[in-house]
Amino acid sequence: MSQDGEQQSLVEIRGLRFVRGTRAIFDGLDIDIARGKVTAIMGPSGTGKTTLLKLIGGQLRPTAGTVTVDGQNVHRLRRGGLYSLRKRMGMLFQSGALLTDLSVYDNVAFPLREHTDLPEVMVRDLVLMKLQAVGLRGARDLMPSELSGGMARRIALARAIALDPMMIMYDEPFTGLDPISKAAIVELIDTLNEALGLTSIVVSHDVQETAAISDYIYVLAEGKVVGQGTPDELRASPSEWVRQFMQGLPDGPVPYHYPATDYAEDLLAGNG
Amino acid sequence: MNALARLGRTGLAFFERLGRGHVFLAQMLYGLPSMLLRPRLVVQQIYSVGVLSLLIIAVSGLFVGMVLGLQGYNTLSDFGAAESLGVMVALTLVRELGPVVAALLYGGRAGSALTAEIGLMKATEQLSGMEMMAVDPVRRVIVPRFLAGMIVMPLLAAIFSAIGVYGGYFVGVGLLGVDEGAFWSQMQANVDLHEDILNGVIKSVVFGVVVTWIAVFEGYDCVPTSEGVSRATTRTVVHSALAVLGLDFVLTALMFGDV
Ligand SMILES: Nc1ncnc2c1ncn2[C@@H]1O[C@H](COP(=O)(O)OP(=O)(O)O)[C@@H](O)[C@H]1O
Ligand SMILES: [Mg+2]
Repeated sequence: MSQDGEQQSLVEIRGLRFVRGTRAIFDGLDIDIARGKVTAIMGPSGTGKTTLLKLIGGQLRPTAGTVTVDGQNVHRLRRGGLYSLRKRMGMLFQSGALLTDLSVYDNVAFPLREHTDLPEVMVRDLVLMKLQAVGLRGARDLMPSELSGGMARRIALARAIALDPMMIMYDEPFTGLDPISKAAIVELIDTLNEALGLTSIVVSHDVQETAAISDYIYVLAEGKVVGQGTPDELRASPSEWVRQFMQGLPDGPVPYHYPATDYAEDLLAGNG
Repeated sequence: MNALARLGRTGLAFFERLGRGHVFLAQMLYGLPSMLLRPRLVVQQIYSVGVLSLLIIAVSGLFVGMVLGLQGYNTLSDFGAAESLGVMVALTLVRELGPVVAALLYGGRAGSALTAEIGLMKATEQLSGMEMMAVDPVRRVIVPRFLAGMIVMPLLAAIFSAIGVYGGYFVGVGLLGVDEGAFWSQMQANVDLHEDILNGVIKSVVFGVVVTWIAVFEGYDCVPTSEGVSRATTRTVVHSALAVLGLDFVLTALMFGDV
């Protein structure tokens, strides 16, 4: 089983439980991320998508359950092992997380300079290649504060692929972008996945964009997987909840109103 | 009962934070040797931390020295000992005011800037991003700043004292007519390298460690929002001032107190 499993999935999440304060953000989560594919993890804001990526990256520890990346239990690794695993996974933060005191060029060069002893000429070649791949070779002398949101995210992507990772995790790559930048990112994720043979995990609540590039989708709600399958399977899901989410309807099994006392009673209470 | 529970909770939170602060200090100390391999990171920070504070230290040193000259002259001349002005100014500065005032100013100027910088890096996920790039933010960001603070603080205190002595000289000799030869020779004869200068240097090293530790810890441990960063910055200034004044008493008692 493990032979087959390791061939098939790069990331295996089993029985994951994560508690923050008194609230269980995940409770019994099982997810498989297939090698070389684009897997999407979708769900409403606040379901814990970012938290899940941090659990996969070993920045948070689960309360129970295991996360296995490329056959290694992330939370059993010692620091050295975890760091060498992280060199093989890239993460694209929602904010880009570019180092604000370094130029675009130095940001992309950062992981190369930290982890390799390459001579500066080679660093330069690599940086320019990565910047060319995201179409921003001309922006190399800008500072992060001079970049638009979409550009910052593409630079962060160039930095994430600097060490040629086996996997990239995208946290909300489409959120807050104009349609053109959004299309550019969609295109980039797709081509990088194809060209570099990367495994991609896309965390998002933008149904259209995500469905367009994903091979497989998990839909999360309230700490559990409530639906999974290819984009087409999910659109035809028997679950009303999943259909509401995939079609973006305001009301349905997920109520429009946050739980509250009776409206009339609430208004009248002010008079007493 | 409620108040008691609240007191307990506040107490626990306080000690938990104190514990985290010490674990963090241990992490920084453990990371110090790695700076031997990357001296450039430290030099950059010495530049930014030190140069930030240089002007304010120099100007304050001058004024404090001038005030010491005035006040000292008034008191000493009543006893006919105005020539001892040089000794008085120098000892006050080297033993006390140099290390203490320089550390207070350093905390307000460079310490708060360190907290805000690190806090913002945390709030914008730059520290998290480094971790995901397999770069330890403590070694890459924190340790160079900590070490720079340790190195810079004694230098700033020395600059403060030196400029202060000239301030006292300017007022005492230049304006009030104290004998120049007496001013310098008494100072030279009565300021002891070990007793006074070395103890002053020890004080400023201790203050440098403590103030920089508070500053980087507050930044690293802050709530990663704009409000959290601003609170952390305020805490750095307040706590570092209290720590400097409190420690100064302890150190003075140990060094000069014969207790
Ligand atoms: N540092 C934190 N401390 C406490 N609660 C947090 C923290 N980060 C996130 N949360 C909570 O965890 C839940 C999941 O957050 P997150 O993973 O960011 O959701 P998503 O990315 O799906 O929008 C949210 O309810 C959020 O309020
Ligand atoms: Mg999120």
